[in-house]
Amino acid sequence: MADVILEMRNITKTFPGVKALDNVNFSVTEGEIHALVGENGAGKSTLMKVLSGVYPHGTYEGEIYFQGNECRFKDISHSEEIGLVIIHQELALIPTMSIVENLFLGNEQSKRGVINWNASVSKSIELLKKVGLHENPNTIVSTMGVGKQQLVEIAKALAKKVKLLILDEPTASLNETDSDKLLDLLLQLKSHGISSILISHKLDEISKVADSITILRDGATVETLDCKTDKITEDRIIRGMVGRDITHRFPPREHEIGEVIFEVKDWNVFHPIHSDLKVSSNVNINVRKGEVVGLAGLMGAGRTELAMSIFGRSYGKHISGFAYKSGKEIDISSIDKAIENGIAYATEDRKAYGLVLIQDIKENITLANLKAISNGIVINQPKEMSVTSDYREKLNIKCSSLQQLTVNLSGGNQQKVVLSKWLFATPDVLILDEPTRGIDVGAKYEIYTIINRLASEGKGIILISSELSEVLGICDRVYIVREGKIVGEMPAKEATPEIVMKHIMTQEVTEL
Amino acid sequence: MKSLTSFLKNNIRDYAMLIALVVIMILFQIMTKGILFKPVNITNLVLQNSYIIAMALGMLLIIISGWIDLSVGSIVAVIGAVASVLIVKMDVNWMLTVGICLILGAVVGAWQGYWVAYVKIPAFIVTLAGMLIFRGLTFVILQGESIGPFPTGFQKISTGFITDFFNVPGIHLTTIIIGAILSLALVFLDYRTRLNERKYGFEVLPIFIFVLKNVIVSAAIMGLCYILASYRGLPNVLVLLFVLITFYSFVSSQTVIGRRIYALGGNEKAARLSGVNTPRLLFYTFVNMGVLSALAGLIVTARLNSATPNAGDGMELDVIAACFIGGASASGGIGKVIGAVVGAFIIGVMNNGMSIIGLGIDWQNVVKGLVLLVAVLFDVYQKNKS
Repeated sequence: MADVILEMRNITKTFPGVKALDNVNFSVTEGEIHALVGENGAGKSTLMKVLSGVYPHGTYEGEIYFQGNECRFKDISHSEEIGLVIIHQELALIPTMSIVENLFLGNEQSKRGVINWNASVSKSIELLKKVGLHENPNTIVSTMGVGKQQLVEIAKALAKKVKLLILDEPTASLNETDSDKLLDLLLQLKSHGISSILISHKLDEISKVADSITILRDGATVETLDCKTDKITEDRIIRGMVGRDITHRFPPREHEIGEVIFEVKDWNVFHPIHSDLKVSSNVNINVRKGEVVGLAGLMGAGRTELAMSIFGRSYGKHISGFAYKSGKEIDISSIDKAIENGIAYATEDRKAYGLVLIQDIKENITLANLKAISNGIVINQPKEMSVTSDYREKLNIKCSSLQQLTVNLSGGNQQKVVLSKWLFATPDVLILDEPTRGIDVGAKYEIYTIINRLASEGKGIILISSELSEVLGICDRVYIVREGKIVGEMPAKEATPEIVMKHIMTQEVTEL
Repeated sequence: MKSLTSFLKNNIRDYAMLIALVVIMILFQIMTKGILFKPVNITNLVLQNSYIIAMALGMLLIIISGWIDLSVGSIVAVIGAVASVLIVKMDVNWMLTVGICLILGAVVGAWQGYWVAYVKIPAFIVTLAGMLIFRGLTFVILQGESIGPFPTGFQKISTGFITDFFNVPGIHLTTIIIGAILSLALVFLDYRTRLNERKYGFEVLPIFIFVLKNVIVSAAIMGLCYILASYRGLPNVLVLLFVLITFYSFVSSQTVIGRRIYALGGNEKAARLSGVNTPRLLFYTFVNMGVLSALAGLIVTARLNSATPNAGDGMELDVIAACFIGGASASGGIGKVIGAVVGAFIIGVMNNGMSIIGLGIDWQNVVKGLVLLVAVLFDVYQKNKS
């Protein structure tokens, strides 16, 4: 049996109100590619952040052993020193600098602060050769494709004498050829004795390169599968990822579904910067009165982009298509027009896009509909106080007062403020983008209850969620989105996690 | 008692600045051997700082929306130059000229607002360019010379006082009466707000603090009016300023537009996704700044009784400093009108006091710079502590 290079024992990590990791055990054998899989929010990234020192020793419980020695990392540079390098989903390259400048950033080939460019360039040529990238080291990073940038990241890791490479969804934004190239590179590095941890949602990739697979679910290790001894099927992995009881996590609801209230036809959206890239193509979706419709798919499948393009063209370029409300075509070409037509969009990123964090609760709630508490010019402050205190009660926002700044609220309560804001705008159609991300189980239940109440009031709700169980638990109907296209549609009753996961992940398009 | 400590913690910034102003005033009162509070000096102090305050009102809105305007000093100069050519050289009626100049100010603001809001050029660059452009244009218009004098009507904007209806010897009784009405009105309004807030379960000041605050505010107003009354009464400019301060306090705290400006500066993306037309709002914030700069330009020109190429030079720095000393945040979204006014007075009292004791302009700048730094340091310290 080969030596164990990394062992993480009984790792527990808690955030205020949420247990992100619960007694996780995870070990990697020397010279293997170890895949780490799990749903979004299962704790993969958190585990890797603990490992790489993003969360320093002392902020979690448990021990980490690397090559037999216990490690207590203070920060990332500390873990990199001993040969543990993490490559994040969002690339950490500086786009305006050249390859060689990026390769040795923080690790400059210098003497007394003066950089030796000749040595840097010759070393970088060597490194680029190792990763199979044929580029001039002086090429500016932003002029290269994402695939090549990914290779530069790996070269950068090699420059740091990496022993264990951690890749967080490295192929998420790559096309097939680039993905294959990258996977081949991992196999090649393995033959040079470099172990890697691969976090990925693409099961075909995993079965191609992984030597073992560890499955995480709800912050705990489910199992570790050995690919060398057993033949692991994709279905086997999916079962491990989703196999949980989802009956009592969702409040019951009366389903009273009416006629179509909102419909989008032939919707096409292009990327705002790379204007030849289509982020939504020929999308047709509709939602009925009293219906909760889910958009399931992976992160990066284009669901948020679709929703924001519908909401007053707040994302994308060259948007084309038609929108209808109760059968009549409506103009949603700007955000205020969309709001006026009864459309609301509650963002997935409440801190960056949803709240004005330095303002208080009442000011955030009324922001999208100041008209309703003013005569058009002057705000009626008593009225503002009374309507916002209504929402505080109805949605059970826990706060010291309505004048509390939203920055000081917990995630769940922040989400309730965002919801209140959009409820106060009295929409007929609500698009909720990851409404339960990063909030604890109790608050999630409350959010589901609110969604149910809205549906029973006859509103149409479009729910974007990366948590499959959530989509199946509260939706009436599910659309499956992959790479900007609707690739499936089914009533939630007929959908099982396995079927949906298969649609989300398998490559062949099954048009329905 | 818990509400008292939490009240002090939440409002320490506002009151610290007021206390600082009082301390600085007392300090200079002693150092100038009593000259500072002499009626004639207080009157001068108000006149000298009126244009700083007028511009600080506009600058505060720009800073709240997350930007800055470096060009206001040059706009002051160019508007003065235009006014002098119109009135002195072309014999245009001075009231008509005032109207033309204010519109011109709006046009200048629109010019800068367009680049910032719609073309998305950083305001720092746009207004730095404006600073050079309008200063240059001033020299072109004035051909390097000063132009004056102006008709008395125009001069009265800055140098006039309100009429006294009573003719009591030694005291300007109208001023005292206006002060008294004002104090009563403020107490009444404050009390009404308090009742309203309590009705909806909002945190209100402890009654002790509430009374103390109103007594101090009323005493300050009456004291100022008494001092002014024993010279020549309320200057016209002070009346104008009072109207402006009231208007902008109201706009920033009670209106839809004000709320949206705070939201824009606090989180531009969230504001936009809430249906706020952020470019248009930013555009009008600059137009407003242009109008107020033009107004300041008219006041400065009327006071000096001539338009000079170097008028308003460096004034933008005092205006910006007033906002930051008054608690505005450089990253936007935070700031109060009353804070900017107090900040402007701190700058003004220091300018005035240091001039009286004969401190050179060199050391004056050193002191002002340090005060600005300490004020912002205080903000940062407060923020880190919480």
